[in-house]
Amino acid sequence: MDFNHTDDRRMLADMAGRFVREQYPMESRHEAAKSDDGFSRETWSQMAGLGLIGALFSEDAGGFGGAGFDIAVVFEELGKGLVTEPFLANLLAGTALTYGNETQKTVLENVISGESLLAFAHSEPASRYDLAHVETTAKTSGDGYVLNGNKAVVISGDTANYLVVSAVTEGNEQNEEHISLFLVPANSDGIHVRSYPTVDGYRAAEIALKDVAVSADALIGAEGQGLSIIHDVIARGTLAVSAEALGAIEIAIDMTLDYLKTRKQFGVPIGKFQALQHRMADMMTEREQIRSAVINASGNLNTPERDWNISALKNLIGRSGRMIAEESIQMHGGIAMTWEYAVGHFAKRIIMIDHMFGDVDHHMEQIIKLGRAA
Amino acid sequence: MDLNYTDSEQAFQAEIREFMAAKLPQRLADKTRDHKRLTKSDMEEWHSILNEAGYLTGHWPEQFGGKGWNAIERTIFDEEMTAANGPRLVPFGLNMLAPVLMAFGSPEQQSHYLPRIANGDDWWCQGYSEPGAGSDLASLKMSAERDGDHYILNGQKTWTTLGQHANMIFCLVRTSKEGKQQEGISFILVDMDTPGVEVRPIILLEGTHEVNEVWFTDVRVPAENLVGEENKGWTYAKYLLVHERSGIAGVGAALSGLEHLKHIAKDQMKDGKPLLDDPFFASRLAEIEVDLSAMRTSNLRVTQAADDGAPPGPETSMLKIKGTEIRQSINDLTRRALGPYAMPFVSEALDAGYNEEPIGPDYANPIAVDYFNHRKTSIYGGSNEVQRNIISKMMMGL
Ligand SMILES: Cc1cc2nc3c(=O)[nH]c(=O)nc-3n(C[C@H](O)[C@H](O)[C@H](O)COP(=O)(O)OP(=O)(O)OC[C@H]3O[C@@H](n4cnc5c(N)ncnc54)[C@H](O)[C@@H]3O)c2cc1C
Repeated sequence: MDFNHTDDRRMLADMAGRFVREQYPMESRHEAAKSDDGFSRETWSQMAGLGLIGALFSEDAGGFGGAGFDIAVVFEELGKGLVTEPFLANLLAGTALTYGNETQKTVLENVISGESLLAFAHSEPASRYDLAHVETTAKTSGDGYVLNGNKAVVISGDTANYLVVSAVTEGNEQNEEHISLFLVPANSDGIHVRSYPTVDGYRAAEIALKDVAVSADALIGAEGQGLSIIHDVIARGTLAVSAEALGAIEIAIDMTLDYLKTRKQFGVPIGKFQALQHRMADMMTEREQIRSAVINASGNLNTPERDWNISALKNLIGRSGRMIAEESIQMHGGIAMTWEYAVGHFAKRIIMIDHMFGDVDHHMEQIIKLGRAA
Repeated sequence: MDLNYTDSEQAFQAEIREFMAAKLPQRLADKTRDHKRLTKSDMEEWHSILNEAGYLTGHWPEQFGGKGWNAIERTIFDEEMTAANGPRLVPFGLNMLAPVLMAFGSPEQQSHYLPRIANGDDWWCQGYSEPGAGSDLASLKMSAERDGDHYILNGQKTWTTLGQHANMIFCLVRTSKEGKQQEGISFILVDMDTPGVEVRPIILLEGTHEVNEVWFTDVRVPAENLVGEENKGWTYAKYLLVHERSGIAGVGAALSGLEHLKHIAKDQMKDGKPLLDDPFFASRLAEIEVDLSAMRTSNLRVTQAADDGAPPGPETSMLKIKGTEIRQSINDLTRRALGPYAMPFVSEALDAGYNEEPIGPDYANPIAVDYFNHRKTSIYGGSNEVQRNIISKMMMGL
């Protein structure tokens, strides 16, 4: 066994970490989050220049990474700065494009270089966390398709140049074997995007598709084969947000520990109270549990154990991540309730990640269904 | 044992229920249920409707214009009001300052301030905490120095809830540095229009303006605004904490929160069925109901004991801990009931007059911020850690 990252990956982590630490202060993060785009395009192209987007994709796809551990190290560092640049959306939709035709792969290359932006328009108002629930339809028309439907909480859906849209083809029944994916320019006629902020300072959109005409080569992969692509996309996305949560957890714990050593009440640092010491110890323990679960999920991204390990990780994030977020606030006292003091923003991100790609209960249910003991 | 309210208590409950149905404006009930922002005038409106009926100060003794409700009646009133989605009453004047004035204030203070509280002429805020004095409140530093028939106040208060609406603040201040910390503290009333008082907003983590810093620079306060005796302020503040048993469990708020959660869980669909029927969700909900049902009785036991004349004890601390935990678990499960629609947050949609289509279900927008905002309840009013210290020291002698 070897639990060390390769040198390349360590360098990648160091570089991403340094960028976030030194060039991503919380004030400019909030500034950018409030801007029209919800992030800084300048920062995005700097990060692209550092190779942080390329690291998420394999060489075949025009990147230089794409393994579970690559995704994990990048997103862990992003989580430490609560980075709002659209890494997640481009990982999701970009992963779908790795299954695409040559033109679609060229789009992905432009994403990796930082020129184009994508979003993954899959979930719908009634789908909750069910990946196979697609009501949007794609009717054949001439030698193309016409798309109709509504997409919900599309992460970074407002700034994307292209959308990857899921829809049911063939008879338009609601059937998992009829789900297909399409690459659609975001400015196509009939696409209406309603953009809004999320509680934790990111951006999402409700997207309505009304008689959106696309050509046959907009199809990604084969018709009716969308669901297995979606599973790969969401597995990577789930790993990514979980690693991001780990990064946010590390900062929340560091800040709390630091505060326990400096804040004095009753004449002593509050860290002298054993009531707080033991809970701090539990937080550290759970952080390491989460780190191990990230390793398990990363290492199994391409094995038959993928789904079990992804669900185990996400369940733990929903459970222990919540405990750490809430305890970080509680042990700080009032100061953590303020906008100005950063720990609350980390807590918000950790908790909101529970709402992406399935919460603690959803993944517990998956684990039971998969029926494999660890 | 008899688990039912007495006949007269039941009649009282029916009376309050009728009143809420008849007099609580629908607009205010809707806003409260939907977690919309209540404006200052919304709160004043409700305050004055209750005052007109005599219910606002029902729990005050008759000699001060109240109805002399006992603790059980007061509990019934609180439960019925929250169940009907009545806006929460701002407690600072009504429930915090008033009892202190009744017990320790001068006759002049009582006859001047108490009617003004009831009539809504003054909006009070609470100036206890300071940046360096939170859980260790007795270490507070803000000073009050006697200068002829005035005190001169210097220092800073913080976390002052709704101080932006207030015209009056009651403060704990240091009048002596001799002896034990607790023995140099006084309780004083300050008109916030006095020169040298400055209120600065603190924005909370969900972006709302609910609390403030209040700065005092050479603020001259008439000596007659001192409550009781100099250097006895700690006793008065403690009296308040110990006697303020009613409402601390927040049973009414928990019951209405649970109703709202069930309403949401009936509407949210999972695998083609209401979320309420999902075994994972249902078991979490059932656990909360078990806790709440027991706590409701714990609360009534403590309340009945108070009416029977038992001295207040650390039971209050138990109600504070369990009550906040239950409400926080309701907030937590409610956010999870929403699935991905917990994420969108349009702040303006919490203000009256917002007319755009909601994003997702119409109840979704405030749920996550409400979850975050309610993390405060285990921090303020004596943090849950401090409450556990009280239980283990006072009750168990550890
Ligand atoms: C939203 C909000 C509204 C508020 N409104 C008001 C108001 O209107 N007026 C007012 O005066 N105050 C108000 N407060 C202040 C509140 O009472 C304080 O936040 C509270 O007393 C805790 O103090 P602190 O924040 O300084 O935390 P600290 O006292 O610094 O505590 C930090 C952590 O250490 C723990 N701790 C401290 N001492 C011990 C111990 N001995 N053993 C174990 N653990 C310990 C605490 O429980 C907490 O977890 C408000 C606070 C908030 C958040």
